[in-house]
Amino acid sequence: MKKEVGLFFRILLALVICGANVYRAYLEGGVKGVVFGVVISILLLALLIIYRREEMSMKKEVGLLILLLMLCTIVAIINPKFLQAINLQNLARQIGAFGIFSVGLGLVIITGGIELSVGSMMALLGVLLAMMLTEWNWGMLLAVLGCFAVTMSLSFMHGLLITRMNMQPFIVTLCGLLFYRGLARFITKDETKGFGTVGGLDFLRYLANGNLFGIPMPFVLLIIISLVTWVLLHWSVYGRYLFATGRNAEAARYAGINTRRIITLAYVTAGALTAISGIIFAFYTNSVSPANHGNAYELYGIAAAVLGGCSLRGGEGSVIGIVIGTALLQVLRNLVNLLGIPSSLDFAVMGAVILLGVMADQIFAERRNRRQVVLMRESARADMRPANPIAADHSGGTGE
Amino acid sequence: MNLDSSPVLQMKGISKRFPGVIALDDVDLEVYPAEVVALIGENGAGKSTLMKILGGVIEKDTGSMRVDGQEVLIRSPREASLYQIEFIHQELSVLDNLDVGANIFLRREPTKGGPLKLIDRKRLYREADHVLEKLGLNLSSHTPLSRLSIAQQQLVEIARSISAGARILIMDEPTSSLTLTETRGLLETIKDLKAHGVSIIYITHRLDEVEEIADRAVVLRDGRNVGSLERREIKRDSMVRMMVGRDLQDFFAHAEGARGGNSEWFAVRNLRTLRYPQHAVSFNVSRGEVMGLAGLVGAGRSEVARAVFGVDESLASDINLAGRHLRIRSPQDAIEEGIYLIPEDRRSSGLVVDFNVRENITLPGLERYSTAKLINSSRETVIAKEMCRKINIKTPTTEMRAANLSGGNQQKVVLAKWLALSPKVLIFDEPTRGIDVGAKSEIYSLIRDLAAQGVSLIVISSEMEEVLGISDRIAVMHEGRITGILSRPEFSEEAVMRLATGGKG
Repeated sequence: MKKEVGLFFRILLALVICGANVYRAYLEGGVKGVVFGVVISILLLALLIIYRREEMSMKKEVGLLILLLMLCTIVAIINPKFLQAINLQNLARQIGAFGIFSVGLGLVIITGGIELSVGSMMALLGVLLAMMLTEWNWGMLLAVLGCFAVTMSLSFMHGLLITRMNMQPFIVTLCGLLFYRGLARFITKDETKGFGTVGGLDFLRYLANGNLFGIPMPFVLLIIISLVTWVLLHWSVYGRYLFATGRNAEAARYAGINTRRIITLAYVTAGALTAISGIIFAFYTNSVSPANHGNAYELYGIAAAVLGGCSLRGGEGSVIGIVIGTALLQVLRNLVNLLGIPSSLDFAVMGAVILLGVMADQIFAERRNRRQVVLMRESARADMRPANPIAADHSGGTGE
Repeated sequence: MNLDSSPVLQMKGISKRFPGVIALDDVDLEVYPAEVVALIGENGAGKSTLMKILGGVIEKDTGSMRVDGQEVLIRSPREASLYQIEFIHQELSVLDNLDVGANIFLRREPTKGGPLKLIDRKRLYREADHVLEKLGLNLSSHTPLSRLSIAQQQLVEIARSISAGARILIMDEPTSSLTLTETRGLLETIKDLKAHGVSIIYITHRLDEVEEIADRAVVLRDGRNVGSLERREIKRDSMVRMMVGRDLQDFFAHAEGARGGNSEWFAVRNLRTLRYPQHAVSFNVSRGEVMGLAGLVGAGRSEVARAVFGVDESLASDINLAGRHLRIRSPQDAIEEGIYLIPEDRRSSGLVVDFNVRENITLPGLERYSTAKLINSSRETVIAKEMCRKINIKTPTTEMRAANLSGGNQQKVVLAKWLALSPKVLIFDEPTRGIDVGAKSEIYSLIRDLAAQGVSLIVISSEMEEVLGISDRIAVMHEGRITGILSRPEFSEEAVMRLATGGKG
């Protein structure tokens, strides 16, 4: 009975939001606005309805997505500029660029580690890329490979220091954060390096600034990358090993998992994704100032991952969560802009939302576990009654 | 016993309900001065819940508690302390970054300097030394706790309770991680405390200890009193019968003696562990044989097991299976060969407790349940369910987090991981620690079944009864070397103890 009431209210809420959405979109945005409004509304409606059925497995992500869509709706209602193609494209571009490295960072966080040197790595990679292309006249392919080689070998080194020397990830990557930034400033003598109008880089410029059927390329790349990572993380053996290692490295080792390799692999993957993001950012800004480029980006990544359900204790998280987390952060930044909130409050808004999000998640997680404990107790009692307990009948038979 | 005197503690009609389950249903418990009361029952019988209520950790729903005939309300451990009730939990609650004295006086530090509350170190260490002396402990209160053995740390915890003036001491499975000699020592300490007028409520699964020290045994089953045994009635059989509500004949499925065939089927020669590099360990196990590995904790048994399994590095080793020399450098290598280890600490090494039952069972064999590295989830579920059914893992669904299972069922999940991969050699490190009687006997019969199927088994155990009951042969270790190997006719508690303490067989 209670469930039905809950469902009824959710549908009612969804209908109200949808109605407002479509109406507003119609008033302000014409046909395009209506299409957007309808799409968002249908998504929202569907999500709110399946919310209950999928509660065991998808809850976190679905909840986040609902939050994201509601936030979008609210911003759109207050300021219809949100729905303008230029704004949405910009937003998607940001989500793409930030999302790619955040996914990598999420993998590292799932191992129970952390990667603080992302921003500095991007600065180093940015100036190196500019120098390779404009000063050393390397070919584009070679320069791109160079970027991957740099970040991947640096993060491989992080992995080795962490798994072989047993150093703490926070310390290793904090040193990286300081070191790579310093290195970037030193090799450029603190000068800003740019790509100017050097020719032959159309492909890279397209990756950063171009669109595919109106969808910004970084966003397209993010979708592709997160699909691949999603399959690897949630459907493949590697993903399961990663979660096991992050949760309990010792037990994972006793189960025959090469935990060192798994952890190092996560750092290297993060390095590769940082390279992709780094190239996009470099061409997005078109010039790289070694002292500021990528500053605090690691924090955006960590925030997105945490908001998306990754636990810094390790062993928890999902690709979809991280992507939605990134999107939420970028929409929040956009919201601060569009709603005329003083941009000095930018970080404060983000901090508050992340805190609330993680708090809510904690509460849900506890409730979920309590339900399991109750289920366990009930079945234990049911088992105790016969003198000779036979659990065969329902041991694992109620999974579906 | 002091039947003539009045009870120091009376708990009457205690009930406690958790969501979905009645943990305690109208339970009574009386304790007299200077009495050792053993509280026994299977896991889930309500022993710990009852004691947590007494210790103020959780609140009762109904019922009354009297201390010295006075009705009392105990809502927190602090209030329990006021009535001189102290609780020694199964998990040690001492801090190993502090020294012995600081631990004994934690939260009760003598202070000087008025409002500054400076710790009066002189007094603290003097009084701590005094308590240690009273308990007959040869320890300085300045010793950092991290340098003590588990048994010594536990004694520090007892010292803390005594110095807090405990009259009623609750001990929840205090011997579960102690060696035989350490257990001896603890039991002596308990007798000593009793002589000093302290009443002790003693929770344990080890019935021989109950036989030895208890003045009375109170048995709980399914959250209810099922009876109480006086000193002369305390016999293993009667306790077991009351605990499980049925007879457990063949508690140990009978060992059949080594089966014929190649006695060198699994042979370990000249194994040198990092802990005892000076001693080379050699032994062999034939197919279908259960070899017990007895000894004191710290004798190097677990180190041998971990080195064979490849978790720990070994300095030298020559491991042979079915006449083939194996190179084992990591658990992966051992698993490849069908040599598996069920580790001592199931919660930290045996299981990923936050994973569900299915994920735990399939973890080591995941690659077999996947195509092109992608997990075949339906196959995974089938395997998990099949294992649950086969070895009777009690869980409502395979999606249950392993953390929520009882100890016995958790241990079965660890076992299921390896059974799904058809073991050739299976090493158990303390397979029944902290497991209730029912689950214990199931594990024993599983071990015998495996032996009958031709698996070679090595069972490390600190429980004398277990190692004598389950093994075909017993290898006894002392400080890193094997001091003797006993065959069935030579089995006796004395023989094992003699070898375990370094004597000659």
